[in-house]
Amino acid sequence: MNVQERNKKYNDYVNAKKPKTKNFPTLIYAYIVGGVICMIGQGINDALMAIFPKMSIDSANAWMLIILIFIASLLTGLGVYDRIGVFAGAGSIVPITGFSNSITSPAIEFKKEGIIFGLCVKMFSVAGPVIVNGTIISIIVGLVYLFL
Amino acid sequence: MGKKLGNQTISFTNPVGVLGNYAIVGEKEGAGNFSKYFDFILKDDTFGEKSYERAERKMLEHCILGAIDNAGIKSKDIDLLISGDLLNQIISSSFTAREFDISYLGLYGACSTMAEAIAVGATFVDGGYFDKVACATGSHFSSAERQYRFPLELGNQRPPVSQWTVTGAGCMVLGAGVTEICISNATFGKVTDFGINDVNNMGAAMAPVIAIIGP
Repeated sequence: MNVQERNKKYNDYVNAKKPKTKNFPTLIYAYIVGGVICMIGQGINDALMAIFPKMSIDSANAWMLIILIFIASLLTGLGVYDRIGVFAGAGSIVPITGFSNSITSPAIEFKKEGIIFGLCVKMFSVAGPVIVNGTIISIIVGLVYLFL
Repeated sequence: MGKKLGNQTISFTNPVGVLGNYAIVGEKEGAGNFSKYFDFILKDDTFGEKSYERAERKMLEHCILGAIDNAGIKSKDIDLLISGDLLNQIISSSFTAREFDISYLGLYGACSTMAEAIAVGATFVDGGYFDKVACATGSHFSSAERQYRFPLELGNQRPPVSQWTVTGAGCMVLGAGVTEICISNATFGKVTDFGINDVNNMGAAMAPVIAIIGP
């Protein structure tokens, strides 16, 4: 039996034996928590529009995002957000609060290694790929928009 | 002198005994089925230190001292300290060795560090080069998470097959002579890769080495 055949056989065996994530309940939890986060966002938006009637919808959206990011960072610092994440999975990772958590959590973790070489260097260790991809894709979209 | 039994196994002819041992574990490990076998269970996973890395180093120092004490000897009687851990440049072990006036041999074997240290230590004792050797290893869940995985506060989920790095340290003092527990043979494993690419499933990646081990 050659190596590739052996590895494939072993991988198939492992995949058949290993415990699987229960898809159905995790989908429900993610749906509920993700939905609640979006509802909170909409609530903040509506409240801002009610408190400041002259505010445009765009700036209300921006303020809403800033408030959500702040709340998620605060909850990360208090050690609550990772517990929500264990329960909710993608429900708390996909909204902007998950992005906030992915920047705040390495910042807290690596603060012990110093401000510059710890916090500043490692802050984007989780969120870095998202920022790089976002920047590159926005450049591509911008160029397409420019020439069409 | 000892002899080679097969391709991977050596047999010690002179008796190598375990003189003393000591184990420290964290709270989660202490709540498990083996809690009565541990000498010391931490109530606080930082062990009163500022960081988890410092806690890991302190655990290692604590358990080496404990094992030497358990053997009924003094630390100046130890000829060689063999130790390893999971961090970069096996830093916890090296910083622990700084606290002792003992020759030091650093090992890195990840999960196998303790067994590797015992095998290497027993070889030195069997050969008659050193009389008493302390073999130790330590790890900390929170420092290993930082080293290998994600920050603690990141809201991600663990797959059901993922492992949990032990918070704990252990030390064993080996010496020439027969005691209640003796080291008679040592088998050294081969690096075996069966193509498991899932970083969360280390159990499946490590299991084949046991299955293919020879005499």
